[in-house]
Amino acid sequence: MDLNFTKEEIAFRDEVRDFFKKNVPAGTKKKLIEGRKLEKSDIVDWQRILNKKSWAVYQWPKQYGGTGWTPVQKYIFLEELQRAPAPDPLPFAVSMVGPVIYTFGSEEQKKHFLPRIANLDDWWCQGFSEPGAGSDLAGLSTKAVREGDHWIINGQKTWTTLAQYADWIFVLARTDPKAKKQEGISFILCDMKTPGITVRPIQLIDGGKEVNEVFFDNVKVPYENLVGQENRGWDYAKFLLGNERTGIARVGISKERIRRLKELASLEVSGGKPMMDDPRFRAKISAVEVELKALEMTQMRVVAAEGKRRDNKPDPASSILKIKGSEIQQNITDLLVEVVGPFALPYADEDDVAGSNELPVAPDYAGPLAPIYFNYRKVSIYGGSNEIQKNIIAKAILGL
Amino acid sequence: MDFEFSEEQQLLKDSIEGLLGDKYDFETRKKILASPDGWSREIWKQYAELGLLGLPFSEEHGGISGGPVETMIVMSAIGNALALEPYLPTVVLAGGFIRRFGTDAQKNKYLPQISEGKITGAFAHTERQSRYDLFDVKTTAKPAGSGFTLDGQKSVVLNGDQADFIIVTARVSGSQRDKDGLGLFLVDAKAKGVTRRGYRTQDGLTAAEIQLSGVSVDADQVIGKPGAAYPLIERIVDDGIAALCGEAVGVFSALTEATTDYLRTRKQFGVNIGSFQVLQHRNVEMLIAAEQAKSMAFLATMMVNEENAVTRRKTMSAAKTQIGRSAQFVGEQAIQLHGGIGMTMELKTGHWFKRATAIDIQFGDADYHLEQFGNMGGFEPAAQAKE
Repeated sequence: MDLNFTKEEIAFRDEVRDFFKKNVPAGTKKKLIEGRKLEKSDIVDWQRILNKKSWAVYQWPKQYGGTGWTPVQKYIFLEELQRAPAPDPLPFAVSMVGPVIYTFGSEEQKKHFLPRIANLDDWWCQGFSEPGAGSDLAGLSTKAVREGDHWIINGQKTWTTLAQYADWIFVLARTDPKAKKQEGISFILCDMKTPGITVRPIQLIDGGKEVNEVFFDNVKVPYENLVGQENRGWDYAKFLLGNERTGIARVGISKERIRRLKELASLEVSGGKPMMDDPRFRAKISAVEVELKALEMTQMRVVAAEGKRRDNKPDPASSILKIKGSEIQQNITDLLVEVVGPFALPYADEDDVAGSNELPVAPDYAGPLAPIYFNYRKVSIYGGSNEIQKNIIAKAILGL
Repeated sequence: MDFEFSEEQQLLKDSIEGLLGDKYDFETRKKILASPDGWSREIWKQYAELGLLGLPFSEEHGGISGGPVETMIVMSAIGNALALEPYLPTVVLAGGFIRRFGTDAQKNKYLPQISEGKITGAFAHTERQSRYDLFDVKTTAKPAGSGFTLDGQKSVVLNGDQADFIIVTARVSGSQRDKDGLGLFLVDAKAKGVTRRGYRTQDGLTAAEIQLSGVSVDADQVIGKPGAAYPLIERIVDDGIAALCGEAVGVFSALTEATTDYLRTRKQFGVNIGSFQVLQHRNVEMLIAAEQAKSMAFLATMMVNEENAVTRRKTMSAAKTQIGRSAQFVGEQAIQLHGGIGMTMELKTGHWFKRATAIDIQFGDADYHLEQFGNMGGFEPAAQAKE
């Protein structure tokens, strides 16, 4: 047993840390620290910086532009990226559709899409959830019917994150209505400019509009945009969701948020003393720090085991990471609201204040905190809700 | 970064689990529990034969120079079997003081006898008023000739009633809550002026109230420098915390597994109760609490020899906080999911729960260590404050 990184791993960490220190654009970093929304260009610019360094799709196999790093190196990279802080490479492109394409896609699809994903030439969004298909995703009803060399897609997707920026959407659609519900689904790539697609933004409880409804009205898509085999889409979706869970603990982000929380707790005063010196509040911060350290160690155990696993299946223990990771992230956002007291309340509508959610009242750091708290309720819902994760653990680990 | 055991460590694990699996089933344990001593000297001899009693000691003292990982392996097996023998007080605590800070003469006298299973020890520190503060000591050590005279009262001393030797903390100078001025003394349990009143603790272990009335100790029974014992006490208590974390891993995994087994086999409404989602999720939450505790036990094990005292203590406090919280959650839920049968002494579950509860309390509960951890600044520094 040895907790320490090897000399090579430490050198790697230093290299990565140094790169982030020098290359994350100052404006992007500031927005992340303050909890403000990123623009599309912030994410695109950053991913292109990473891609220039050949790190944008670091987790992919080498032959498709990946790095060939070990699980420990990937873990270190992600930790450093999050603690910098810097934005994740666009997950819908890099972690979701990319691996599906290089694992199940045609040569043409690989050749065309993979380099464009790495450079974020195409912004991707995820066409999975529907009004009637959330946790029971396989119950989806969007239909794709083959007509000659095309698919005709009809239906509705929802919770589509940043569809307003998207050039492409990957869609799960029912292609065999007679089959068992998991066996009649296909995975189809769709250009967002295709006639018949309408995007309607949904305002969330944080006031922002990061998710959308996407309507498909007789949308005509070339047949060759099917990924893999017809009616095997559910397998690809499960594969994708498995990939989605890696790195979901978001330990690096939570560490960065705790440093921010402590900073604000030293500035905010209660009873004539900094909040940081209030034993009750400090105990709350300490409690989440302890949980986070335990999660970090649990994650390292999963990562260390990953290097030794023979199969390619996601470790069911990653469901533990999802549950604890989301609880901790939410807990920290709760404390970030608590730390500023009444100044959490003033509200600025994104649409009213062009391009920013700046508030007219002091302190300026308080404005984004309540919106983050409200927004982060999502982390225990997306990617398979925590209750679904518990079902997975009960079945796969406990055998209940 | 590696969480796997070496071949030797795996052998150690197999040998203690083999011994306890063969000789320490629940029925046997009940008999040992009901015996006058409350633990088995016969098993103790077999620990000695396996080298467990000299585990952390050097070869010249009959040991095998095992490290914290080896101790964790043994403690985890003890937790799983709920073994009642005084391993922690003898090998980790009392033996630990001599191993780390004893003179050569003290080591030569005591460590081989511990390794051979001939003597057991105890660490007499807690007092009525001290709660978990390690510096709060009223017991006095007054210079007398070349040695000292000890007077005071020690409470809830694990294995205090049966130990052959006792490591006693006493104040050489300063006032009750000063960190300076503490001393460590090696006291023969049969020495004149030592009165012990033994009893069982809630988890079935043995402990004692120890009265020290004019107990004479010679200069060669002093450990470390009189008056400067506080960091030494912290050091050994950290060893104790890491060992308890290891024991907790054994207890929590046993509780979680026993509960899963029960959910799989207990039938109500014509089905296994494990088919009910509300019970599945509770069992999953137990698993998560147990895994988080295991992670922190690994961290404590790997950090317990850290030289920087603040870094080490902070980590131990964080680990003990997690262990304490998981102990309460896993223990209480195990009883709840077992229902009526969980309430009885007839099932091992209740015994594990009682031990889990004791582990939380020993050396400071979750709330105490959470506060300590916060006072030491936590793990993450504040981002640079600016306004």
